[in-house]
Amino acid sequence: MESVGVEGVANEVRTAFESGKTRSLAWRRSQLKALQRLLYEEEEGMFRALKEDLGKHQAEAYRDEVGILIKSVNYALENLKKWTTPRRVHIPLLAFPTRGELVPEPLGVVLVFASWNFPIGLSLEPLIGAIAAGNAIVLKPSELAPASCNFIAKSVSKYLDNMLVKVVRGGPDVGQKLLEQKWDKIFFTGSSRVARIVMAAAAKHLTPVAVELGGKSPAIFDSLGSARDRKVAVERIAGAKWVPCSGQVCIGVDYVLVEEQYAPVLIDQLKATLEKFYPRFDCLSRIINEQHFQRLSNLIKDPSVAATIIHGGSLDSETLFIEPTILLDPPLDAEIMNEEIFGPLLPIITLKKIEDSIEFIRARPKPLVIYAFTKDEKLKSRITAETSSGSLTFNDTMIQFACDELPFGGVGGSGFGQYHGKFSFDLFSHTKAVLRRSFLLEFTFRYPPWDAWKLPFMRSIYHFDYVSLLLRVLGLKRS
Amino acid sequence: MGSGGEERGTGAGFDGAMAAELVAGLRRSFASGLTRGHEWRAAQLKGIVRMIDEKESAIMAALHEDLAKPQMESYLHEISLAKAACTFALKEMKRWMKPEKVPTSLTTFPSSAEIISEPLGVVLVISAWNYPFLLSIEPVIGALVAGNAVVLKPSEVAPATSCFFAKVLPEYIDNSCVKIVEGSIPETTALLEQKWDKIFYTGNGKVGRIVMAAAAKHLTPVALELGGKCPVLVDSSVDVKVAARRIAVGKWGCNNGQACIAPDYILTTKSFAPTLVDAMKRTLEKFYGKDPLESADLSRIVNSDHFKRLTGLIDDENVSGTIVHGGQRDEQHLKIAPTLLLDAPHDSSLMNEEIFGPVLPIVTFDKVEDCIDFINSKSKPLAAYLFTKDRKIEDQFVKSVSAGGMLINDVALHLANPHLPFGGVGESGIGAYHGKFSFDVFSHKKAVLSRGFGGEAPARYPPYTPQKQTILRGLINGSIIALLLAILGFPRD
Repeated sequence: MESVGVEGVANEVRTAFESGKTRSLAWRRSQLKALQRLLYEEEEGMFRALKEDLGKHQAEAYRDEVGILIKSVNYALENLKKWTTPRRVHIPLLAFPTRGELVPEPLGVVLVFASWNFPIGLSLEPLIGAIAAGNAIVLKPSELAPASCNFIAKSVSKYLDNMLVKVVRGGPDVGQKLLEQKWDKIFFTGSSRVARIVMAAAAKHLTPVAVELGGKSPAIFDSLGSARDRKVAVERIAGAKWVPCSGQVCIGVDYVLVEEQYAPVLIDQLKATLEKFYPRFDCLSRIINEQHFQRLSNLIKDPSVAATIIHGGSLDSETLFIEPTILLDPPLDAEIMNEEIFGPLLPIITLKKIEDSIEFIRARPKPLVIYAFTKDEKLKSRITAETSSGSLTFNDTMIQFACDELPFGGVGGSGFGQYHGKFSFDLFSHTKAVLRRSFLLEFTFRYPPWDAWKLPFMRSIYHFDYVSLLLRVLGLKRS
Repeated sequence: MGSGGEERGTGAGFDGAMAAELVAGLRRSFASGLTRGHEWRAAQLKGIVRMIDEKESAIMAALHEDLAKPQMESYLHEISLAKAACTFALKEMKRWMKPEKVPTSLTTFPSSAEIISEPLGVVLVISAWNYPFLLSIEPVIGALVAGNAVVLKPSEVAPATSCFFAKVLPEYIDNSCVKIVEGSIPETTALLEQKWDKIFYTGNGKVGRIVMAAAAKHLTPVALELGGKCPVLVDSSVDVKVAARRIAVGKWGCNNGQACIAPDYILTTKSFAPTLVDAMKRTLEKFYGKDPLESADLSRIVNSDHFKRLTGLIDDENVSGTIVHGGQRDEQHLKIAPTLLLDAPHDSSLMNEEIFGPVLPIVTFDKVEDCIDFINSKSKPLAAYLFTKDRKIEDQFVKSVSAGGMLINDVALHLANPHLPFGGVGESGIGAYHGKFSFDVFSHKKAVLSRGFGGEAPARYPPYTPQKQTILRGLINGSIIALLLAILGFPRD
């Protein structure tokens, strides 16, 4: 489906939604099972698309996208019944007989914008939650990853319900046409700049939004005592910089904070790790397109920044390849220390004391994730209490993304709205409060005319002062 | 606690620069960590409880000045609910603030994980005029219990209550973290230009859109408590006397219909309508006497703009003929008598705008199913009510009608239960509060994962050998064998 028909897609899908088909557990289960089949049967197709768009090695594609999706859809299938069951709510005795419950409902028609760096993962993961919650969906994958975009359009059309789950392909103009329509929720993954446009459009219809953004996610690197632990830690840092999509990842390590005295040890270990991971560079993803390649080149073009490169730095505009690059203390006012890098450049910032990292981070916008490598329990507590971020992970990287029990999302500059696991289900649901009363037991002092004697009665009730209430009813207590 | 918490808005030129300074000061207070501790938060709530206890008559007087609100309503619907919100929060606060441990799967073994609630930072609460005390203080309570610094902008349409907050609240809470800004559009605009960590707005959809558009510039999350046309579906299986009483007290006993969850219109079957109308008329006479304009138990209309709006709705030439009860008004005292209409035209303004007043249209259909279809043809309301003894109709209603909240066989009560989320959906709003939901709406739930240095999986990293890929697959799918292999360090370096 190209530009023709985009203008009416929300209404078209809404009519299908109103048929009530998505309400049944059977429909939701069938769609999730179909997604399962898609993920197993179309694996080769996904690997090919990701290789074409980003040069992703299939191990990376599996680890970061396909495998994650399989895990998520299995989790949703296992928990679907539990999530959709209304939850009883406590009602005070005074309101007897009353029954209260929380009933989850679909919001209706949901619009999902995916970004280009995990083009399949970030398209289908929100889909899982939206389907589990019983919504109809229109998905717009990123046009910057065209092979993945085509893959998604073809396979969604092949496996899922075509009336209720649609894929719309196109660029910003198509995005604009979608934003003009009325949705019941918009889920956006991408940059702050575009998120503002999305939220402003949503405001016209009072459409709730969730925006998954990025930021500069730091890794605090404390002295760890043992060389072995250091090696593990540095591999994990590398595992969040170059290993996923060549650093083009929102939960990647943007920069590292380390005490001056330990910087040499860190740098040595980083270099050793890079040598181990990349004897050749065929396992490294490439930069998505020329525009981003240019952007990244510009970050290290500035002479005061280039002078701080201590490893790497080579670029190949033909193959959109940038070598894993390490910088030591680039100027803090340079762009590389103020914009989200989203690429294979790693600044190391040295501090007098590792505790200074807390203030450093607090002075900057809240990131999507803070990583901290430390065994110092006091430092851990301070970091937890004194910094704010979407997530906080100690002694590892990336892996919080795979935890279905943890909410995933940003705060402040890194976004709002959380998903994964049940959080996805809740994000795409309306939790309706339902209270049921019977016609028995009337408290007539609820009603006008409100004579003076009624007020003290109400006071007793509101204090849950059953004794006073009883006495009043029996006429044994005056105000 | 000292004074100086209020900022005089009107006439003093509270502009963008002053608003920016205000926010900057609050950010400094927040950054000091003052609001994080349980003691500080409890002290604020206790201060509010003391204020409610000590100044109850002043609050009632302000509400009477603003809305001619009867004392009983002021107590029942504002003061007692505000106090209950405080005492509930004080009781539960420690539990809400505790990190929530969550289980982790084999994929991240060994690890421990928890979800920690953090304050968002500096939040803006914009309140409404109809329950001016409650709708100001309850979100502020939520913001404080979650550890935020907060600016409250009470509604200028209820000036006595706004003034009460500006003058009295500062005496009971910490002024370095709680500010009140009085004023109207210019002051609100100046506030909306600033960057907040959350904006909580109660009011109408038109201004809700303006608030959200302003928030979009800074990507500030919002909670919007709006309104809509709350329908009441009455089926013939009911005890009509009780139903009529409950509908009446939910309509005219709630600020004379000027309440977001007041019944906006009734739907019933053509055959049952006469019985229902009759019961409603008798109930109205019992509640308010033969001359309701004289009753002290009815709030007045808040101001002449709304008075004109409401009389306009019922004086419409296509509508006025359908009045079956009431219609009298006293312009000088801004009073409109409880008014019932039967089958006003569906395309009238009365049947399309939120009424927010003592006017109650009744629309009739052949079957109950038609009533439900009619409700679903309109935008989702804040509350939907059903009176029935028929279980099947009850189930169908709950399943097919979407609304913020729903009440079967009563009206309005659900807002008083702190275990139920209170908020809208679609046009009736975004987000919910009350009880723990207030704490949550003003918090960030931070995911914290802790690992050690054991359990390393070389399979995660390049170069990607086929062996590694097999283990990786197993790991992600939670396979124990893969986990064991990974723990044992396969493949060996």
